[in-house]
Amino acid sequence: MVDTVTHAAETPDLEQPWAALGLRGNEYDKIREILGRRPTSCELAMYSVMWSEHCSYKSSKVHLKKFGVLGDETPRGKLLAGIGEQAGVVDIGGDWAVTFKIESHNHPSYVEPYQGAATGVGGIVRDILAMGARPIGVMDPLRFGPLDAPDTARVLPGIVAGVGGYGNCLGLPNIGGEVVFDPTYYGNPLVNALCVGVLKHDDLHLAFARGTGNKVILYGAATGGDGIGGASILASETFDADGPAKRPSVQVGDPFMEKLLIECTLELFAEDLIQGIQDLGAAGLSCATSELASAGDGGMHVNLNTVPLRDHTLAPEEILMSESQERMMAVVEPHNVDRFLEICAKWDVLATVVGEVTDGDRLIIEWDGEVVVDVDPVTVAHDGPTYHRPYARPDWIDALNADSASRLPRARDGEELADTVLRLAGSPNLCDKSWVTDQYDRYVRGNTVLAQPEDGGVLRIDEESGLGIALATDCNARFAYLNPYLGAQLALCEAYRNVAVTGAEPVAITDCLNFGSPEDPSVMWQFSEAILGLVDGCRALGTPVTGGNVSFYNQTGETNIIPTPVVGVLGVIDDVADRVTAGFSNPGDAIFLLGDTRDDLSGTTWADVIHDGHLGGMPPLPDFEHEQRLAQVLVAASKAHLLSSAHDLADGGLSQALVESCLRRGLGVALTLPDGDPTVQLFSETPGRVLVSLPASTAQEFEELCRRHDITLTRLGEVTELAELEVVGRFALPLEEIRTRWQAPLREAMAH
Amino acid sequence: MSRIGVVTFPGSLDDHDAQRAVKLAGHEPVALWHAHESLQEVEAVILPGGFSYGDYLRCGAIARFSPIMTEVIRAAEGGLPVLGICNGFQVLCESHLLPGALIRNDVRTFVCRDQKLRVESVDTVWTNAFVPGQEIVIVLKNGEGGFVADAATIERLEGENQVVFRYLDGNPNGSLNDIAGVTNARGNVVGLMPHPEHNMEELTSPSLDGRGFFASLERFLTAHVG
Repeated sequence: MVDTVTHAAETPDLEQPWAALGLRGNEYDKIREILGRRPTSCELAMYSVMWSEHCSYKSSKVHLKKFGVLGDETPRGKLLAGIGEQAGVVDIGGDWAVTFKIESHNHPSYVEPYQGAATGVGGIVRDILAMGARPIGVMDPLRFGPLDAPDTARVLPGIVAGVGGYGNCLGLPNIGGEVVFDPTYYGNPLVNALCVGVLKHDDLHLAFARGTGNKVILYGAATGGDGIGGASILASETFDADGPAKRPSVQVGDPFMEKLLIECTLELFAEDLIQGIQDLGAAGLSCATSELASAGDGGMHVNLNTVPLRDHTLAPEEILMSESQERMMAVVEPHNVDRFLEICAKWDVLATVVGEVTDGDRLIIEWDGEVVVDVDPVTVAHDGPTYHRPYARPDWIDALNADSASRLPRARDGEELADTVLRLAGSPNLCDKSWVTDQYDRYVRGNTVLAQPEDGGVLRIDEESGLGIALATDCNARFAYLNPYLGAQLALCEAYRNVAVTGAEPVAITDCLNFGSPEDPSVMWQFSEAILGLVDGCRALGTPVTGGNVSFYNQTGETNIIPTPVVGVLGVIDDVADRVTAGFSNPGDAIFLLGDTRDDLSGTTWADVIHDGHLGGMPPLPDFEHEQRLAQVLVAASKAHLLSSAHDLADGGLSQALVESCLRRGLGVALTLPDGDPTVQLFSETPGRVLVSLPASTAQEFEELCRRHDITLTRLGEVTELAELEVVGRFALPLEEIRTRWQAPLREAMAH
Repeated sequence: MSRIGVVTFPGSLDDHDAQRAVKLAGHEPVALWHAHESLQEVEAVILPGGFSYGDYLRCGAIARFSPIMTEVIRAAEGGLPVLGICNGFQVLCESHLLPGALIRNDVRTFVCRDQKLRVESVDTVWTNAFVPGQEIVIVLKNGEGGFVADAATIERLEGENQVVFRYLDGNPNGSLNDIAGVTNARGNVVGLMPHPEHNMEELTSPSLDGRGFFASLERFLTAHVG
């Protein structure tokens, strides 16, 4: 028998499975207090998914509020929509706006790598679509356990195939991301997905249900048993080998349906048929109905029997919790309903009127003619619990910071230096990632100007003017482990710099904050520090945070992941024809290093690879003012066409930047290291540095530009036709030898 | 300037790219919807890349029954130039306008790369402006690009100069005889897995070799009219 509101009022003492649904006792009590009775089972289902960590941000929201101080001013003007909308919207000029956001799909991707990753892409794409934007590109920062660990051979190919299988089938170019390995991700890979979309200023659509009598239309795929409780249970509980089996079915994606949904929705927007819209992601109908209704000025009445089902045995509670993919909900004026349905029919998209906007402020859901939900939608969507979780600076951090990498033995001669260059280039984190990225379509839509392995992806937006955008995502989680405040800032600086080296001006950021258990005070400390770092960093750089995502409970067994605050930076480039690529292009070009090199060996790839996973000391210090001046130099140099190449120095330092710049087009280099310890010169990871090459004809103008912006410029040598990386007086390595080492790790690990 | 049709099936992805390529080549792109039955008097048709109908059942198997395909098949049999790119090639094989079939890549993964090809036959509407044996680079991106046919068909294709493109520097998908593209006996229908529409602009392409396809079509259409 269905548990109706009337029945609930009559049976106040009925035992309810709130604990199994992930609710705490105090949360259940609060629901009873809000309703003035016990919840019906449908209401309990809704509250439990909406008040889960994943949907309510209950542990993180007191910290996330700090982003509010950043305001909505970008270097290119005000945000058109900021944090709090489904995705932030940035004015890029010329009547164009861009919306972008990054989200995680970590836990489902461990359970079922292919579908977990695929539906991660699908979810973020619908978020962008719901803003009224056409999705135009994706990026995927991925993190795995050790490359040679047995389960990585299951998780990595599945996740990569899922990202590719879904994104390729949607026709979205994959223009960048990361592939990183660390032991702490072994039982908990990180699958972050970024999507960017484009719209004209007038086409911005925000999610709300307004206007009594307007119809609520559910369209897209039919509802099935996918991922019931997935969001609340999968994302809120860790994987415990001995614990109760809480592994409900992961959602299954249908990218073809999503492609139809995209084209159909854009046509509906174009004809101005949509009053309000929301995608159905985590928490499915529970989320869409309560969020749409609470954002509008009225209530909503929904008849659950009208929801088209793939599985007719589903109970009303399950229909409300189902996370079936490729569904959207729209609010439509009555006179537009016929045309709405007609466009859906053209695209073979199922569309059903399931309810309407009502007077008052109640969300009422009916099943078999009886009321099973009668709530104030605000209490479901926004009045979830807020936790001030205890946080404490861990007692191990001082010892960790004292264990500096500067005391580790360094290369004694040229031969050891050469060997170090090779070992870094052939390490899992720095090796060739084309085994992964060649599974992604980077050409579709015909506007990809730069894609991986470039430092940032660049997309053309306006074919007439050449106006375009650049995007980069970065995070060195090893730095964040040593110091989460600085680590988050270094991630921000690196992504900012990676956008600037392409020639684009960085304007706004999104972040995906991947952390361990919020119930561990040291994790909450890491989280809180990372946010403070980002707030301070963004304020210094003048780039607001437009939105993002928090993922907690990332653990392998009892071990929390190293804190991984991934930062995505969006840049604007006035004419994509000015873009600068990362590889050496012309023999005879001079090679310069921009920025100063310090003894920053702690947390580096050098310490990790050469010294058996050493992780200690303090990360380098970011200098935001320097990063801004450096970006100004790079943007000005790109506009004036002064550079043949520009490549950010990050993981692996100068050594890896040289390797990558040489291998790109098979051109060699002959350089002399500046004075000082060659290990520091080659392998230190001091931020704020860029390797550039340029012809003699522009050298004087570029030197003048650097002087004006007070950027240190050091001439290292020149690009050569000889296929050799030569450090004069120390060593020379044939490029083929480097290439062989660099290409081997991923290919060999995946060749079975 | 010629009117060149580009068909959009549900799930087509490179249809706008093909239209842009037509425009860059100096022609007028005409969008053709799969459910319509008229070719709108176009002078050539491109079946673009993508995943028509999600590639469910078999790549191209459902698209082949779209109403517009009845018209495309009839017109192709009458000599209309038709170019099938990737999924379009699969549709042409399913339609029996071209022999053989495309199966899952032998490497079992999707492959996206800048692929070197040799132009084996210039006796087609779409390749007559190339030099025989010319080596070109065209973007390749697919999951099911392994060309297969029975031994007799392969022998006939090789013997009758119907192999139009062959992969160089490594076979990316296990295609028999490294075959990347084929034509029908008349030379008006060409299908290939690589994507010439992605090789039209310096800024977004690894080469400009896609332009040769349109130069060839233009030569054919001019000669045809003249």
